[in-house]
Formats: sequence, structure tokens, C-alpha cells
Amino acid sequence: MLLRTAWRRVAAALPAAPGPRPEAPTRGLRLRVADHAPQSAVPSDTAIAPEMESVLRPLYMDVQATTPLDPRVLDAMLPYLVNYYGNPHSRTHAYGWESEAAMERARQQVASLIGADPREIIFTSGATESNNIAIKELEDAIQPDTSLVSIMSVNNEIGVKQPISEIGQICSSRKVYFHTDAAQAVGKIPLDVNDMKIDLMSISGHKIYGPKGVGAIYIRRRPRVRVEALQSGGGQERGMRSGTVPTPLVVGLGAACEVAQQEMEYDHKRISKLAERLIQKIMKSLPDVVMNGDPVHHYPGCINLSFAYVEGESLLMALKDVALSSGSACTSASLEPSYVLRAIGTDEDLAHSSIRFGIGRFTTEEEVDYTVEKCIYHVKRLREMSPLWEMVQDGIDLKSIKWSQH
Amino acid sequence: MAASSRARVLDLYRAMLRESKQFSAYNYRTYAIRKIRDAFRENKNVKDPVEIQTLVNKAKRNLEIIHRQGISSHKTVLGPP
Repeated sequence: MLLRTAWRRVAAALPAAPGPRPEAPTRGLRLRVADHAPQSAVPSDTAIAPEMESVLRPLYMDVQATTPLDPRVLDAMLPYLVNYYGNPHSRTHAYGWESEAAMERARQQVASLIGADPREIIFTSGATESNNIAIKELEDAIQPDTSLVSIMSVNNEIGVKQPISEIGQICSSRKVYFHTDAAQAVGKIPLDVNDMKIDLMSISGHKIYGPKGVGAIYIRRRPRVRVEALQSGGGQERGMRSGTVPTPLVVGLGAACEVAQQEMEYDHKRISKLAERLIQKIMKSLPDVVMNGDPVHHYPGCINLSFAYVEGESLLMALKDVALSSGSACTSASLEPSYVLRAIGTDEDLAHSSIRFGIGRFTTEEEVDYTVEKCIYHVKRLREMSPLWEMVQDGIDLKSIKWSQH
Repeated sequence: MAASSRARVLDLYRAMLRESKQFSAYNYRTYAIRKIRDAFRENKNVKDPVEIQTLVNKAKRNLEIIHRQGISSHKTVLGPP
């Protein structure tokens, strides 16, 4: 009890965090403190942290596209970028030995997160390369008794969780290899390659608060899964992926996996709460909003909403203070609506009005509230301008309209 | 013994919050402050001295990380964009 009183006194005595104060409509703009100073003629010796700059950046709500580095990950990587720069495959000196030790430590950290043996982890340049390694050999071998099933664990556009354990059981009983692209799932939901009978798994560094340019593939040893190397050369990584293993990057991946293992429960609880908050607030204030994807088998941090009678791209542009996306970054250059939404049977017009909200480890309640507020405001405004909306308000059934050609 | 370890924990808590304010990035700063408060609050009823020592050591390591990373995120280190 003494501790609690003392703690309260300490908390009260602390100066308020020099962060933003929530205010009326403009609060969002002041919410975001610039992380860098713009080019300026004034020397920066008077720098006091943190500086309030005049240049503001949008809130980041696009964690499915990529995640910021966790400070603990950067801390683990820095020594290997600055001091311990040896090639981990150099056998003859301390630089090589310490670099190799770090690489093997990272391998153990990755393995531990998914219940694997370190010998089953091969480092790659990312989940895409891992996916290619997993399915390459087997493309030629498609038979009636198909040899590989490949499923995403958590979908990156709508957040749906696949029943991995059940699929693993089926594949194992039919003697079919089971590969899963777990880029969005690793470190966020519990995964165990043995419980779930997974033979191959792709892991991405930059989806779990680790560095970009690194990933891993899990390849089961018992029973042995044979894959062919995509990249040949010096025979590194048991011959399955030649090329010098980038020690600082894999150290970062390992650290990210370790942090994820520790933080999984806390993050999941928080993200679920924030997701609930976002959805409830939006649904309460706006009619005709649809959440895409199964609401039960769903990872909370990826929320895909369709706002009827509003065009997704125009809403994204209106929400310029918030970094959002209307589908996956991989397909964002094209104007086609998401193939995922089409696959789950979403109406064409709703597919065009979808926005994906990403909530991650570093997302704050204030950011969620600001995003919700702006979203509601702009959807209402865009709907006011929409003749379709007007027709719906007048009770016209849009499906009954015969759009004539000119 | 109990009094001094309580004081030690409080000092650690204060120091960690102080260092966390060095993060110039909003998301890192808020995360660190929130996480420190939640973690200390969650563990405030731990009685076992061995466990307390483990937690204190973990906190000290994290304090060092925050200190280092708080400094690295200054624009004097990062430079202009």
C-alpha cells in the first residue's frame, strides 16, 4: 500500500509528458510531432528533446503494409552495424566468430517463437522469397494427389484467421505438405509448427517490428521436407539459400521475435480493445458500414470497412492526416478493387469503398479517436455530395435502377 | 531491506519515465511511458525477493535500452531528412 501511495505521488510529481494535448477539431494536426527538423539555416545546438516542429506528419495506421522498428530491435542491431561487422561465415577470426554467434542466437529466437528447432530455420530476404522457395519445386509436380497446400495464416487485407490447426491435421493425414505464409501472424497470434502440423512457414521481418529486407523460412526436418534452393552460390544456410547472411538484419529479426514472444499477450489485449473502440465508434455514428471478413475468426489489428456510397480512394485522400490504405500495398498501384474482397463475394460497389485500418503495438487511443473522428466527418461530407446517397435517402432501391447508356 | 528495495524500485520507475521522454517520436515515447506504467502496476504485488530482483534487473536493462535509443532518435544523431 505504501508503494501505491508513493507511486501516486511520483506520478503526480512528474511533469506532464511534453506530448500533444487533445483539443477540438484541430487536435489531430498537433497530435503528430515531427520526428525530423526541416532544412533550416538556424544551427540546431539549442535542440531539446523532443522538439515540436512546424512540419507535421500523418498518423500511421497502415501496420499491415509495414511496421516501425521496435526500439529494442534497433538496440540489438546497432552493435552489428557499427562494431561487430564481421562476416558470419568467416571461420578464422573473432569478427567471424562473434558474427556467427549472433546469427545462431537470432536463429534460436526465431525458432523459439514458433516452437521449431533452430536447424529448421533458414534466413532469407523476406517472406516473398520464402514463399517462392516453398512452392518452387512443387509447381511442376501437381498431380491428382497434390503435394502442397499453401495458406495465409492471417490475411493482410481483411485480417481473417485461417483454421491452421485443422488444415494441418487434414494435410498430415493425407500426406500432403502444408505451407503457410505467416507474415502477418507470427508474433501476433500463438503459432506452433508441431501442434499445427506445419511443414513450411514464411516469416517476414518488417511485419513484426523488425527490419526490412530479412525474413526466414521454416522447413520441417522430421519428417524431412525437401526444397530446392532458389539461389545458388557458396552453400550457406545448409545449401538452401546461398549468400552471406546479413548479421545485423537477422539479429534484428531475432530480437523482434523475442520481443514479440514477450509482448504477444499484452499487445493482443490492447489491440483488441482499440479495435473494438474504433469499430463501435464508427458503427454508432455512421449507417451503412460493413466490416469485411469473418468477425469471429479475425485478427483484431486489421480492420477492413466498406463505407457504402463513398468511393474508397476519395475517402483515403480526404483522410490525408492519417496513413491508411484501401487494400494491400502490393496491389495499391492498380485501381482494381481488392481480389480478396472479390473472392469473399463483396459487391463491386462496396469493394470500391473499402478502407483498411491497421492497429499495432505503438498505436495510441488518441490516434484511434482522431482517425475515427476524421473518418466520420469525411464520410458524412462525401455522402452529402453523393447523388447515390440522395437517392437512397429518398427510398430508391439502387439495384432497381436501369442505368441507360448515352 | 524491504524499504530500500521499495525505494530502489521507485527510483527505477522514475528514471525510466524520465528517459522515455527523450524519445522524439510520438509513438515510441507514448509506448514506453504506457508500457512502464502498466508493467510496474502489474507487478506491484510481487512478494518473492528473487522474482523482484529478476524484474528489477530486467527493468534496468530496459532502462539502458531506452537511454541509448532515446539519444539515437535525436535529430543530432539522425540528421535532417
